[in-house]
Amino acid sequence: MSLTAKDMATVKTLWGKISSKSDEIGAEALGRLLTVYPQTKTYFAHWADVSPGSAPVKKHGKTIMGAVGEAVSKIEDLPGALSQLSELHAYKLRVDPANFKLLAHNIIVVVGMMFPGDFSPEVHVSLDKFLQNLAWCLAERYR
Amino acid sequence: MSGGGDKEGIKSARAANSDCSLILESLIVGKSTEADSMVEWSDAERSAIAAVWGKLNLDEVGPQALGRVLIVYPWTQRYFGTFGDLSNAAAILGNPKVANHGKVVLGALDKAVKNLDNIKGTYANLSQLHCEKLNVDPDNFRLLADCLTIVIATKFGAAFPPQVQATWQKLMAVVVAALTSRYF
Repeated sequence: MSLTAKDMATVKTLWGKISSKSDEIGAEALGRLLTVYPQTKTYFAHWADVSPGSAPVKKHGKTIMGAVGEAVSKIEDLPGALSQLSELHAYKLRVDPANFKLLAHNIIVVVGMMFPGDFSPEVHVSLDKFLQNLAWCLAERYR
Repeated sequence: MSGGGDKEGIKSARAANSDCSLILESLIVGKSTEADSMVEWSDAERSAIAAVWGKLNLDEVGPQALGRVLIVYPWTQRYFGTFGDLSNAAAILGNPKVANHGKVVLGALDKAVKNLDNIKGTYANLSQLHCEKLNVDPDNFRLLADCLTIVIATKFGAAFPPQVQATWQKLMAVVVAALTSRYF
Protein backbone atom coordinates (compact mmCIF):
# COMPACT_ATOMS: atom_id res chain seq x y z
CA MET A 1 0.00 0.00 0.00
CA SER A 2 2.37 2.68 -1.30
CA LEU A 3 2.12 6.31 -0.33
CA THR A 4 0.37 8.50 -2.87
CA ALA A 5 1.36 12.10 -3.40
CA LYS A 6 -1.72 13.02 -1.37
CA ASP A 7 -0.58 10.78 1.52
CA MET A 8 2.86 12.39 1.50
CA ALA A 9 1.40 15.90 1.50
CA THR A 10 -1.05 14.99 4.27
CA VAL A 11 1.68 13.52 6.47
CA LYS A 12 3.96 16.52 5.92
CA THR A 13 1.14 18.93 6.81
CA LEU A 14 0.28 16.93 9.91
CA TRP A 15 3.93 16.81 10.95
CA GLY A 16 4.09 20.58 10.62
CA LYS A 17 1.34 20.82 13.21
CA ILE A 18 2.61 18.21 15.67
CA SER A 19 6.41 18.30 15.43
CA SER A 20 6.81 20.85 18.23
CA LYS A 21 5.36 18.19 20.57
CA SER A 22 7.21 15.26 19.02
CA ASP A 23 9.18 14.47 22.19
CA GLU A 24 5.98 14.29 24.20
CA ILE A 25 4.25 12.19 21.54
CA GLY A 26 7.16 9.75 21.53
CA ALA A 27 7.24 9.45 25.31
CA GLU A 28 3.47 8.95 25.51
CA ALA A 29 3.36 6.43 22.67
CA LEU A 30 6.24 4.37 24.05
CA GLY A 31 4.78 4.49 27.58
CA ARG A 32 1.47 3.22 26.24
CA LEU A 33 3.17 0.50 24.18
CA LEU A 34 4.84 -0.82 27.33
CA THR A 35 1.62 -0.60 29.37
CA VAL A 36 -0.94 -1.87 26.87
CA TYR A 37 1.32 -4.57 25.39
CA PRO A 38 3.42 -5.70 28.36
CA GLN A 39 5.28 -8.26 26.27
CA THR A 40 7.17 -5.32 24.71
CA LYS A 41 8.88 -4.77 28.06
CA THR A 42 11.05 -7.77 27.25
CA TYR A 43 13.16 -5.50 25.05
CA PHE A 44 13.88 -3.11 27.91
CA ALA A 45 14.89 -5.38 30.77
CA HIS A 46 18.03 -3.27 31.07
CA TRP A 47 16.06 -0.17 32.07
CA ALA A 48 15.54 0.60 35.74
CA ASP A 49 12.04 1.93 35.09
CA VAL A 50 9.68 1.06 32.22
CA SER A 51 6.69 3.03 33.47
CA PRO A 52 5.08 5.82 31.44
CA GLY A 53 6.74 9.14 32.20
CA SER A 54 9.98 7.60 33.48
CA ALA A 55 13.32 9.01 32.35
CA PRO A 56 14.38 6.12 30.08
CA VAL A 57 10.94 6.04 28.44
CA LYS A 58 11.00 9.80 27.79
CA LYS A 59 14.51 9.65 26.40
CA HIS A 60 13.81 6.74 24.12
CA GLY A 61 10.45 8.16 22.98
CA LYS A 62 12.33 11.27 21.89
CA THR A 63 14.84 9.17 19.97
CA ILE A 64 12.11 7.28 18.17
CA MET A 65 10.15 10.38 17.16
CA GLY A 66 13.37 12.03 16.01
CA ALA A 67 13.74 9.19 13.55
CA VAL A 68 10.08 9.48 12.52
CA GLY A 69 10.61 13.18 11.84
CA GLU A 70 13.67 12.39 9.71
CA ALA A 71 11.56 9.89 7.78
CA VAL A 72 8.87 12.54 7.17
CA SER A 73 11.48 14.90 5.75
CA LYS A 74 12.67 12.15 3.38
CA ILE A 75 9.24 10.73 2.72
CA GLU A 76 9.87 10.36 -1.02
CA ASP A 77 12.63 7.83 -0.30
CA LEU A 78 11.81 5.91 2.85
CA PRO A 79 13.94 2.83 2.02
CA GLY A 80 16.99 5.07 1.61
CA ALA A 81 16.16 7.15 4.66
CA LEU A 82 15.78 4.08 6.88
CA SER A 83 18.57 1.91 5.53
CA GLN A 84 20.91 2.37 8.48
CA LEU A 85 18.19 2.05 11.07
CA SER A 86 17.07 -1.10 9.35
CA GLU A 87 20.56 -2.59 9.71
CA LEU A 88 20.60 -1.62 13.38
CA HIS A 89 17.23 -3.28 14.01
CA ALA A 90 18.08 -6.36 11.95
CA TYR A 91 21.51 -7.20 13.26
CA LYS A 92 21.75 -5.61 16.65
CA LEU A 93 18.33 -4.92 18.16
CA ARG A 94 16.39 -7.71 16.46
CA VAL A 95 13.02 -6.37 17.53
CA ASP A 96 10.25 -8.64 16.24
CA PRO A 97 8.69 -6.59 13.43
CA ALA A 98 5.20 -7.35 14.74
CA ASN A 99 5.96 -4.78 17.40
CA PHE A 100 6.26 -1.96 14.87
CA LYS A 101 2.51 -2.27 14.28
CA LEU A 102 1.86 -2.02 18.00
CA LEU A 103 3.96 1.13 18.34
CA ALA A 104 2.31 2.61 15.24
CA HIS A 105 -1.09 2.05 16.82
CA ASN A 106 -0.01 3.92 19.93
CA ILE A 107 1.51 6.79 17.95
CA ILE A 108 -1.86 7.13 16.23
CA VAL A 109 -3.74 6.99 19.56
CA VAL A 110 -1.52 9.73 21.00
CA VAL A 111 -1.72 11.99 17.94
CA GLY A 112 -5.52 11.59 18.05
CA MET A 113 -5.54 12.42 21.77
CA MET A 114 -3.30 15.45 21.51
CA PHE A 115 -4.55 16.84 18.21
CA PRO A 116 -8.20 15.78 17.90
CA GLY A 117 -9.09 18.63 15.56
CA ASP A 118 -6.31 17.70 13.14
CA PHE A 119 -7.04 14.00 13.06
CA SER A 120 -9.84 13.46 10.59
CA PRO A 121 -10.28 9.98 9.09
CA GLU A 122 -8.46 11.14 5.94
CA VAL A 123 -5.45 12.22 7.98
CA HIS A 124 -5.68 8.97 9.95
CA VAL A 125 -5.46 6.77 6.85
CA SER A 126 -2.42 8.65 5.50
CA LEU A 127 -0.61 8.47 8.84
CA ASP A 128 -1.48 4.77 9.16
CA LYS A 129 -0.07 4.09 5.68
CA PHE A 130 3.05 6.15 6.41
CA LEU A 131 3.79 4.24 9.63
CA GLN A 132 3.13 0.95 7.87
CA ASN A 133 5.62 1.89 5.13
CA LEU A 134 8.10 3.02 7.76
CA ALA A 135 7.77 -0.34 9.53
CA TRP A 136 8.22 -2.19 6.27
CA CYS A 137 11.43 -0.29 5.48
CA LEU A 138 12.68 -0.82 9.03
CA ALA A 139 12.30 -4.58 8.60
CA GLU A 140 13.89 -4.51 5.15
CA ARG A 141 17.26 -5.96 6.20
CA TYR A 142 15.88 -8.59 8.58
CA ARG A 143 16.30 -11.48 6.15
CA MET B 1 -9.24 -9.43 0.01
CA SER B 2 -10.32 -12.34 -2.19
CA GLY B 3 -13.33 -11.74 -4.41
CA GLY B 4 -15.69 -13.62 -2.10
CA GLY B 5 -18.68 -11.26 -2.38
CA ASP B 6 -20.67 -14.21 -3.75
CA LYS B 7 -24.43 -14.25 -4.22
CA GLU B 8 -25.15 -16.18 -1.04
CA GLY B 9 -23.00 -13.84 0.97
CA ILE B 10 -24.63 -10.74 -0.51
CA LYS B 11 -28.18 -12.11 -0.07
CA SER B 12 -27.63 -13.05 3.52
CA ALA B 13 -25.69 -9.86 4.25
CA ARG B 14 -28.54 -7.81 2.81
CA ALA B 15 -31.08 -9.65 4.96
CA ALA B 16 -28.88 -9.39 8.01
CA ASN B 17 -28.20 -5.70 7.57
CA SER B 18 -31.83 -4.76 7.20
CA ASP B 19 -33.03 -6.82 10.17
CA CYS B 20 -29.94 -6.22 12.22
CA SER B 21 -31.51 -4.77 15.33
CA LEU B 22 -34.18 -7.45 15.48
CA ILE B 23 -31.71 -10.27 14.91
CA LEU B 24 -29.36 -8.81 17.47
CA GLU B 25 -31.91 -8.84 20.26
CA SER B 26 -32.89 -12.45 19.63
CA LEU B 27 -29.30 -13.57 19.45
CA ILE B 28 -27.93 -11.87 22.49
CA VAL B 29 -30.65 -11.86 25.12
CA GLY B 30 -30.45 -14.71 27.59
CA LYS B 31 -28.28 -17.39 26.03
CA SER B 32 -25.25 -17.73 28.26
CA THR B 33 -24.42 -21.40 27.85
CA GLU B 34 -20.75 -21.23 28.80
CA ALA B 35 -19.25 -19.23 31.62
CA ASP B 36 -16.11 -17.31 30.72
CA SER B 37 -13.94 -19.00 33.28
CA MET B 38 -10.70 -17.74 31.82
CA VAL B 39 -11.16 -13.96 31.72
CA GLU B 40 -10.83 -12.19 35.05
CA TRP B 41 -11.57 -8.56 35.72
CA SER B 42 -10.22 -6.74 38.73
CA ASP B 43 -12.36 -4.16 40.52
CA ALA B 44 -10.16 -1.44 39.08
CA GLU B 45 -10.69 -2.76 35.56
CA ARG B 46 -14.46 -2.97 36.03
CA SER B 47 -14.55 0.64 37.25
CA ALA B 48 -12.35 1.83 34.41
CA ILE B 49 -14.57 0.18 31.82
CA ALA B 50 -17.75 1.52 33.43
CA ALA B 51 -16.22 4.99 33.58
CA VAL B 52 -15.26 5.01 29.91
CA TRP B 53 -18.56 3.52 28.78
CA GLY B 54 -20.58 5.91 30.93
CA LYS B 55 -18.99 8.90 29.23
CA LEU B 56 -19.64 7.73 25.69
CA ASN B 57 -22.52 8.83 23.53
CA LEU B 58 -23.05 5.53 21.71
CA ASP B 59 -25.10 7.15 18.97
CA GLU B 60 -22.21 9.45 18.20
CA VAL B 61 -19.25 7.15 18.70
CA GLY B 62 -20.69 4.14 16.85
CA PRO B 63 -21.10 5.98 13.53
CA GLN B 64 -17.69 7.65 13.95
CA ALA B 65 -15.89 4.37 14.61
CA LEU B 66 -17.56 2.51 11.74
CA GLY B 67 -17.03 5.44 9.39
CA ARG B 68 -13.38 5.52 10.30
CA VAL B 69 -12.98 1.78 9.62
CA LEU B 70 -14.52 2.16 6.16
CA ILE B 71 -12.19 5.07 5.37
CA VAL B 72 -8.94 3.88 6.93
CA TYR B 73 -9.35 0.24 5.82
CA PRO B 74 -11.36 0.57 2.61
CA TRP B 75 -11.42 -3.16 1.89
CA THR B 76 -13.92 -3.46 4.74
CA GLN B 77 -16.46 -1.84 2.40
CA ARG B 78 -16.90 -5.27 0.83
CA TYR B 79 -19.46 -6.12 3.53
CA PHE B 80 -21.61 -3.10 2.88
CA GLY B 81 -22.54 -3.35 -0.78
CA THR B 82 -26.14 -2.38 -0.01
CA PHE B 83 -25.27 0.75 1.92
CA GLY B 84 -25.21 3.12 -1.05
CA ASP B 85 -22.56 5.77 -1.56
CA LEU B 86 -19.23 4.91 0.08
CA SER B 87 -17.15 6.51 -2.65
CA ASN B 88 -15.26 9.00 -0.49
CA ALA B 89 -14.78 10.04 3.14
CA ALA B 90 -17.51 12.69 3.06
CA ALA B 91 -19.99 10.24 1.55
CA ILE B 92 -19.17 7.62 4.18
CA LEU B 93 -19.40 10.04 7.09
CA GLY B 94 -22.73 11.37 5.80
CA ASN B 95 -24.20 7.98 4.95
CA PRO B 96 -27.28 7.25 7.11
CA LYS B 97 -26.95 3.46 6.74
CA VAL B 98 -23.38 3.62 8.01
CA ALA B 99 -24.52 5.76 10.92
CA ASN B 100 -27.34 3.41 11.75
CA HIS B 101 -25.14 0.35 11.59
CA GLY B 102 -22.55 2.04 13.80
CA LYS B 103 -25.26 2.43 16.43
CA VAL B 104 -26.24 -1.24 16.09
CA VAL B 105 -22.63 -2.35 16.64
CA LEU B 106 -22.18 -0.20 19.74
CA GLY B 107 -25.51 -1.45 21.02
CA ALA B 108 -24.07 -4.97 20.83
CA LEU B 109 -20.93 -3.84 22.63
CA ASP B 110 -23.14 -2.56 25.42
CA LYS B 111 -24.16 -6.18 26.07
CA ALA B 112 -20.51 -7.12 26.54
CA VAL B 113 -19.93 -4.24 28.95
CA LYS B 114 -22.96 -5.39 30.96
CA ASN B 115 -21.87 -9.06 30.89
CA LEU B 116 -18.13 -8.83 31.50
CA ASP B 117 -18.02 -12.24 33.14
CA ASN B 118 -19.55 -14.05 30.21
CA ILE B 119 -18.73 -12.20 27.02
CA LYS B 120 -18.03 -15.43 25.19
CA GLY B 121 -21.44 -16.87 26.00
CA THR B 122 -23.18 -13.57 25.33
CA TYR B 123 -21.68 -13.40 21.85
CA ALA B 124 -21.89 -17.09 20.87
CA ASN B 125 -24.79 -16.66 18.48
CA LEU B 126 -23.49 -13.34 17.17
CA SER B 127 -20.20 -15.08 16.36
CA GLN B 128 -22.03 -17.77 14.46
CA LEU B 129 -23.98 -15.13 12.53
CA HIS B 130 -20.80 -13.29 11.51
CA CYS B 131 -19.18 -16.52 10.35
CA GLU B 132 -21.99 -18.43 8.68
CA LYS B 133 -24.35 -15.76 7.40
CA LEU B 134 -22.33 -12.58 7.09
CA ASN B 135 -19.05 -14.30 6.12
CA VAL B 136 -16.96 -11.61 7.80
CA ASP B 137 -13.20 -12.17 8.02
CA PRO B 138 -12.58 -11.97 11.80
CA ASP B 139 -9.54 -9.75 11.27
CA ASN B 140 -12.10 -7.01 10.68
CA PHE B 141 -13.17 -7.20 14.33
CA ARG B 142 -9.66 -6.17 15.33
CA LEU B 143 -9.71 -3.26 12.86
CA LEU B 144 -13.00 -1.99 14.27
CA ALA B 145 -11.75 -2.42 17.85
CA ASP B 146 -8.63 -0.38 17.01
CA CYS B 147 -10.68 2.39 15.37
CA LEU B 148 -13.05 2.51 18.33
CA THR B 149 -10.09 2.82 20.70
CA ILE B 150 -8.72 5.66 18.59
CA VAL B 151 -12.10 7.47 18.46
CA ILE B 152 -12.36 7.21 22.25
CA ALA B 153 -8.78 8.47 22.70
CA THR B 154 -9.54 11.38 20.38
CA LYS B 155 -12.59 12.30 22.44
CA PHE B 156 -11.12 11.81 25.90
CA GLY B 157 -7.61 13.20 25.45
CA ALA B 158 -5.77 13.18 28.75
CA ALA B 159 -8.76 11.45 30.37
CA PHE B 160 -7.62 8.26 28.61
CA PRO B 161 -4.37 7.51 30.44
CA PRO B 162 -2.19 4.48 29.61
CA GLN B 163 -3.68 2.17 32.26
CA VAL B 164 -7.22 2.93 31.12
CA GLN B 165 -6.18 2.31 27.51
CA ALA B 166 -4.69 -1.03 28.61
CA THR B 167 -7.95 -2.06 30.31
CA TRP B 168 -10.03 -0.89 27.38
CA GLN B 169 -7.89 -2.83 24.90
CA LYS B 170 -8.19 -5.90 27.12
CA LEU B 171 -11.96 -5.61 26.77
CA MET B 172 -11.58 -5.19 23.01
CA ALA B 173 -9.38 -8.30 22.82
CA VAL B 174 -11.93 -10.36 24.78
CA VAL B 175 -14.77 -9.12 22.57
CA VAL B 176 -12.81 -9.91 19.39
CA ALA B 177 -11.97 -13.39 20.69
CA ALA B 178 -15.61 -14.01 21.58
CA LEU B 179 -16.78 -12.94 18.13
CA THR B 180 -14.19 -15.22 16.56
CA SER B 181 -15.01 -18.18 18.84
CA ARG B 182 -17.58 -19.82 16.57
CA TYR B 183 -15.54 -19.65 13.39
CA PHE B 184 -14.51 -22.97 11.88
